[in-house]
Amino acid sequence: MLEKVKELLRAGEISGFIGLRLQNGHPAPHMFTKDHLDDLGSLLVGDVRYPLNKTLLKVANQYPELIFGVMVRGCDERGLIELFKWNQLKRDRVVPIGVACPQGLAEACECYKPYPAQWLVGEKTEGISKSKRLQKVEAMSQKERLNYWLDEFNKCIKCYGCRDVCPMCFCEVCSLEDRNFILTGKLPPENPTFHLSRAVHMVGRCIDCGLCEEACPSSIPVRTLYKKVNEIVKDYFDYKTGESSEGKSPLNILGEVTLELSDVNK
Amino acid sequence: MEYKTVLTTCGYCGCGCGIYLEVLDGELVGTLPCKTDSVSQGGLCIKGWNIHEFVNNSDRLTKPLIKKDGQFNEASWDEALDYVASCLKKIKAENGSDSIAFLSSAKCTNEENYLLQKLARAVAGTNNVDHCARL
Repeated sequence: MLEKVKELLRAGEISGFIGLRLQNGHPAPHMFTKDHLDDLGSLLVGDVRYPLNKTLLKVANQYPELIFGVMVRGCDERGLIELFKWNQLKRDRVVPIGVACPQGLAEACECYKPYPAQWLVGEKTEGISKSKRLQKVEAMSQKERLNYWLDEFNKCIKCYGCRDVCPMCFCEVCSLEDRNFILTGKLPPENPTFHLSRAVHMVGRCIDCGLCEEACPSSIPVRTLYKKVNEIVKDYFDYKTGESSEGKSPLNILGEVTLELSDVNK
Repeated sequence: MEYKTVLTTCGYCGCGCGIYLEVLDGELVGTLPCKTDSVSQGGLCIKGWNIHEFVNNSDRLTKPLIKKDGQFNEASWDEALDYVASCLKKIKAENGSDSIAFLSSAKCTNEENYLLQKLARAVAGTNNVDHCARL
């Protein structure tokens, strides 16, 4: 990866590369540039993940005409595909540099595609199609499951970390800050309205990177919730978020759609 | 063109969560939790997530202000401290030591907090010492 990034920067094919570097003994997001090629000595891949696409959005918004490179794993690539579709980034202004995740990371994430289309680092490992954590929750009775989620959401300290870290949360106005809808000065926030609202807004956006759950100081299993959202989106709308450049995400479809929720009483 | 992150410690409370301040072209544009920080392990509260906002906020006080005839006026630190000391002395003389309380802060170091309670007890003569988290 180091040589490829150096080559792209030197040739001027990209103006900056957004990745991770080892800094003060910690992995940290950083943009490498042609003017500071020496910085590449600290370039890092590792297993610690940061919302690099979110950093890319920040930089690209400031410099819309420039082309940037970015380190992508399977999830990040899904994110890029959706960000292109949602007109947040321009396809011809991004050069992804791929990393295939090691098996341990893929298993911890229960990632169905732990590698991007092309990669320079790592080996391809098999994706995990069935999420055990989701199966565990679905094995509960409806009452048990409701109580489980209510108990989990009760732990929320409303830090908005799940939203703030999310590389797919790019709205300028957020419903979760609507004072008519979510009261201020109250903890936990409206249960389950707060978390279910976010879940609904993840339709066609959640690329299952799991950064939300990793950022949650209360260890609420929000990733399991969004995995379910993705499953519903796949089953009912035949849409796999971030998988293909074709097709519109369900919330972008205008018109009447009738759905039969066959398993609603399960 | 430059984007970098600066590792630092959140100054809002005594927890000391590890944060990265995001800097784009010399401007503070955001905060990220440091995921490998041994204290916070990638979690932050709502204050930590937004800590970059106060730094350049137009409401932030950058100089001491003394209120005169209902108006705040900029003052030097010497003027401000002399004014505070004279007022405290007057209050103590008129109403006694326990009419004064000292509020310390989790933003200060342990040593600074020690000095404040020492000032409260040894100079003002009161045990009324508390801190910002219980304001």
